[in-house]
Amino acid sequence: MTQPSSAPSPTASSATAAHATAAQAPDASEPASAEPLLQAVGLTKHFPVPGTGLWPARRDARPVLRAVDGIDLTLHTGESLGVVGESGCGKSTAGRLLTRLLEPTSGVLRYQGVDITHASRRELAPVRSQIQMVFQDPYASLNPRQTVGEIVSTPLEVHRINPHGGRRARVLELLETVGLSPEHYNRFPHEFSGGQRQRVGIARALALEPKVIVADEPVSALDVSIQAQVVNLLQRLRRDLGIAFVFIAHDLAVVRHFSQRVAVMYLGKVVETAPRDALYRAPQHPYTQALLSAVPEPDPPSGERLDVGAGRIRLTGDVPSPLDPPSGCRFRTRCPRAQDLCAREEPLPRTPDGAEPGHLAACHFPGVN
Amino acid sequence: MNPLTPVNPATVSSPRTDDHAAGGEPFLQVRDLSVRFATEDGPVQAVDGLSFSLERGRTLGIVGESGSGKSVTSLAVLGLHDRARTSVDGSIRLEGAELVGADEARLRGLRGSRMAMVFQDALTALSPYYSVGDQIAETYRRHTRCSRRAAGERAVQMLSLVGIPSPQRRAKDYPHQFSGGMRQRVMIAMALCCDPDLLIADEPTTALDVTVQAQILELLAEVQQEFRTSIVLITHDLGVIAGIADDVLVMYAGRSVEHGSVAEVLTAPRHPYTMGLLASVPRLSSAVDVPLKPVPGSPPSLLAVPGGCAFHPRCQARDLLPDDLCSSRRPALVAEDARDGRDGGDGHAAACHLGTAERVAFARRTVEPSESNDTRRIQGTNR
Repeated sequence: MTQPSSAPSPTASSATAAHATAAQAPDASEPASAEPLLQAVGLTKHFPVPGTGLWPARRDARPVLRAVDGIDLTLHTGESLGVVGESGCGKSTAGRLLTRLLEPTSGVLRYQGVDITHASRRELAPVRSQIQMVFQDPYASLNPRQTVGEIVSTPLEVHRINPHGGRRARVLELLETVGLSPEHYNRFPHEFSGGQRQRVGIARALALEPKVIVADEPVSALDVSIQAQVVNLLQRLRRDLGIAFVFIAHDLAVVRHFSQRVAVMYLGKVVETAPRDALYRAPQHPYTQALLSAVPEPDPPSGERLDVGAGRIRLTGDVPSPLDPPSGCRFRTRCPRAQDLCAREEPLPRTPDGAEPGHLAACHFPGVN
Repeated sequence: MNPLTPVNPATVSSPRTDDHAAGGEPFLQVRDLSVRFATEDGPVQAVDGLSFSLERGRTLGIVGESGSGKSVTSLAVLGLHDRARTSVDGSIRLEGAELVGADEARLRGLRGSRMAMVFQDALTALSPYYSVGDQIAETYRRHTRCSRRAAGERAVQMLSLVGIPSPQRRAKDYPHQFSGGMRQRVMIAMALCCDPDLLIADEPTTALDVTVQAQILELLAEVQQEFRTSIVLITHDLGVIAGIADDVLVMYAGRSVEHGSVAEVLTAPRHPYTMGLLASVPRLSSAVDVPLKPVPGSPPSLLAVPGGCAFHPRCQARDLLPDDLCSSRRPALVAEDARDGRDGGDGHAAACHLGTAERVAFARRTVEPSESNDTRRIQGTNR
């Protein structure tokens, strides 16, 4: 930590965690299971960067990119949690932390109550089969030299699983589950369209019967008419196989359609978490409100055509650099409600007055606009 | 356009005139445009018989999925296609002047001054070796023969017009020093520096976040209001179209399948493809916990466009028509009023064999919640 002034103090982080659990406990709408399937408390990932000058900075003076800076997320069995935010907000890094493709800098990650924050490769092996990932780019995430059959059976090989009837039969079954046909078994990825490739990626993620799938922008690379096919497929898997999903996306309408609970991220922090309907009906954080009002909907405007911005909360400027985030509340530089307090003190997530239980906003001045 | 094209003193553009072409011809008229190119796998017809027109100060949205020919159309209008491998037929008239077959020198004079382009990815479209101020100034000098100093001032003025803070200082910065949204503003500043009458924006906001996208769309609308620029906006996002366009052209497999005013097309679509697209997009107000209604199948490869209506293998309205009609006969893009022999009408046209009654029946069916095949259960485990 090179900037102790803006680094989150350990006390702040644990207070956040305590608050989050306290507020979430009485929520009856959560699936009834005592222990969360996957839980992140104060999860943090800082990437050291070599510096911006011609020479690398001294090792102890290297700037730190705060990609994820103390987030709390809870995922229950069979639940779907949506994570939304703009590019650079840390949502993809969060996904990679939850799957332990990255090792957190600090914080705690628990899977079924077991701390896996710093678990070794060997310790992780059984967990890996339970937490799978679907990637954004169906072109880059499939090996072009392997057939679909090889791609989908690789997880079975790695985990030395020999299902009844053999691996081939299991792979064919998986292909059918995701809407592909048996003749696709010997084809190569380049022979498929984007939507079909994404189905191959989903079949691979299903091969080990995971309990959790982290889907990082699973439909954003697909054509509009194909997106709905893949969203429906994931929805069906969640319902029929009871798989819990972390659905990471920037498209608020898709997230609303898919998720039961939604977390909104901004610059490495979760700024608002709430059950879906509460978040979309009565967003409390000004960032969530701005985000929601910027979504273009395919309904023609009722009155004047040039009212592109009518009724919108217009955000000015850009997202600040995660190398040097603003002090206090990170959204304050673009926030219409910002006051002196916002620069001094970082807001902790809390349930605003009049909001539902389980609705947390990290804002000093929350409220429905 | 490439701002680094070597300057050819022989082709400096003529001074700007504001008079319109005689005869009431539309500002931009594209008729029967066809673009073909040879690829390793065979000839590809990327655009097939496309017609549209655009008046001053209006915005036409072209919507389509990847491979629908929307970007190729924009490149053909600007004459930016690869001439060695591409053949362009039909007619593109800008204020009555024919652009198809026009020589490169003439097009070069028009590009940047009368018509300009905003590309999707500003980082690849801008040169990394020149400051943004120099790149804008170069375009301006290319068309006006003014001094370096004046062109530099113009660049700063343009940067400030598109809302870049401290433009004087930022003009000396290089593209990589800007954020995505700011880079897109630089591209718009460059496109606008010679007051073009026609601005073609190819997916200008696709790479941007929603909050920044809203800013850029607002900027385009402001620019249009101030300079009466005609805009062709190419996008795959029906939401963007709804926000900014007057008219919309829906493309599928290189053909235009529906054309009309935004209000008409988005509220009362007439082509099953447009209906399917609109029904498949989740909205912030749509019902949750019901499956979305996707368009089945995927867009065709342009190497093997289905016969008849190119959409027929994916069309859910096909059962309403005689068996081989859709696969054998290609429907023409006609306004319904014209087909029924009525006069007038709103110019809302669709290329579909469905008659009015059948279409209404089908539209009702797409809107209602359906028994989707997604209700089938999944079985099978490793055990």
